[in-house]
Amino acid sequence: MATPQRTTFEQFRRRFKRNRPAIAGGLIVLSVFVIALFAPILSPYDPAYIDVEKILTGPTQAHPLGTDELGRDIVSRMIWGSRISLLVGFVAVGISILIGILIGAVAGYYRGWIDDVLMQFVDIMLSIPTFFLILAVIALVEPSIWNIMIVIGVTSWMGVARLVRGQFLALNEMDYVTAARALGAKDARMIFFHILPNAMSPVYVSAVLGVAGAILVESSLSFLGLGVQPPVPSWGSIITGGKDTIDIAWWITLFPGLAILITVLGYNLLGEGLQDALNPRLKE
Amino acid sequence: MLSFLGYRLFRFFISLVGVTVITFGIMHLAPGEPTDLQTTMNPRVSAQAKENLRKLYGLDQPLHVQYAQWVKRVVAMDFGTSFVDGQKVVQKIMERMPITIVINLLSLILIFMIALPIGVYSATHPDSAFDKAATVFVFVGFATPGFWLALMMMILFGVVLEWLPISGYQSLDISGMSFSERLWDWTSHLLLPVFVSAFGGLAGISRYARAEMVEVIRQDYIRTARAKGLSETVVVYKHALRNALIPIITILGLSVPGLIGGSVIFETIYAIQGMGLLFYQSVMARDYPTIMGVTVLGTILTLIGNLLADISYAYANPTVRLRRNR
Repeated sequence: MATPQRTTFEQFRRRFKRNRPAIAGGLIVLSVFVIALFAPILSPYDPAYIDVEKILTGPTQAHPLGTDELGRDIVSRMIWGSRISLLVGFVAVGISILIGILIGAVAGYYRGWIDDVLMQFVDIMLSIPTFFLILAVIALVEPSIWNIMIVIGVTSWMGVARLVRGQFLALNEMDYVTAARALGAKDARMIFFHILPNAMSPVYVSAVLGVAGAILVESSLSFLGLGVQPPVPSWGSIITGGKDTIDIAWWITLFPGLAILITVLGYNLLGEGLQDALNPRLKE
Repeated sequence: MLSFLGYRLFRFFISLVGVTVITFGIMHLAPGEPTDLQTTMNPRVSAQAKENLRKLYGLDQPLHVQYAQWVKRVVAMDFGTSFVDGQKVVQKIMERMPITIVINLLSLILIFMIALPIGVYSATHPDSAFDKAATVFVFVGFATPGFWLALMMMILFGVVLEWLPISGYQSLDISGMSFSERLWDWTSHLLLPVFVSAFGGLAGISRYARAEMVEVIRQDYIRTARAKGLSETVVVYKHALRNALIPIITILGLSVPGLIGGSVIFETIYAIQGMGLLFYQSVMARDYPTIMGVTVLGTILTLIGNLLADISYAYANPTVRLRRNR
């Protein structure tokens, strides 16, 4: 693991601005935020309003993306669904980053047998098919938005733990760390005030990419009926509604899926752009 | 080589123990007891019957004793009986396992055969139109939700074009078909599931293959090989690819858990009676013995996949056989 590069914010900004895909990603991320924030204003209909006379109508002027199996407006449901995706994405990633930092920092700071045990635990967690693990836990608790945030967070911290550990192993050898230790700083102070701040830059990247992953998992869970419960609209659960009428109403499946794809793409582009700008040596 | 294999087997065993502890822990840290569903749902069950049931599952014992008993049964491949139909869990899983393994193996082969050439070509022709198209494909591939892709493929090939069947892995009248008809029947049923399950991996592995090849091609020994006048084909495919292949194999091994987890999605959508669908059905029915059984066996499959990747890794790279690295 290379030592993190100290880059000034100015350099970072210049490099990031030159990366057009990353800018596009940032714009997508921003737009989804705006849409989620202003959902009540932007949404043309009440997302729960059932219009029995308009069940399964294709895209028209009144309903630009059509209506679902209960006659609800799909655009409105998608706009409200963006809130779920962002909420789950951010809270789940927050949890996974927190766990990952704690385990990675302890392993990398103390080394020795503590490191061996924790990293073996990481290996074991990685060898269980994640989706099985998530579903097994969901089977035990009620499927709800809060539970899936926790479950996604608790099953996706391993990458962050490895990253942070690598950073700590490298930073442990730095002179300023030795100096701080010589001055008698306590372990907790060493970990959180001296080493961690310098170990964070790859964690930010991993957090942005993690939001993309969490949005994908949430939509899959909601699609399977094990995530956000109806009538709350989520991009995944809108698609579930269209599953049985897939041969006559393609729009229920197509549009929410595109929303997921574009949002996830945005976070991935942004994350990659951040990575290149923070650590230009990795890119040739 | 032997010590390498021994070390890998040791780690395989440690992981196996860890997985059983985690699976067992999940089931027992959860609120309530596995028997609650059978009892509280049913008002006619008396306190005495409830107690008997607890004894039957050993729930009256301390936790570590329960774990030891459970492991003893797992080693003997006894996962108990399903809450749903009283069938033996192992039997249920074994019936469903072959089709899941077949689909996952086929998608691994597909990933390897398509992603590798894409990666190699992009790496040897950086910034070409093909390379740029491949990069776009990679980003879109990463962002595509598997379940949505499965449904869109179903709409396109099953509903609009009507080229392919959209559920199951064989027709109902398969027994009356000739061999070639059967072969086509299976192929047409498996085409979409295999493609969908391979799609995410395709993006990841081709990107990784490109990065590895770019790295290798910059090495001095490649320059040497070119300098002594070897043809570009020999340099790329014999000298560079062999070295790039090693980390690619490892990543392929690491992608197995994702593939097996993904089985839940496409088996549910395409109505394929495999392990993934079984798992989904057990989750919906809160059938704990089956959930635990599938999790443990699914993980064992993953661990075997990793072990095989490690072995082929050692086979491709003689220095690994001599070193004990992680």
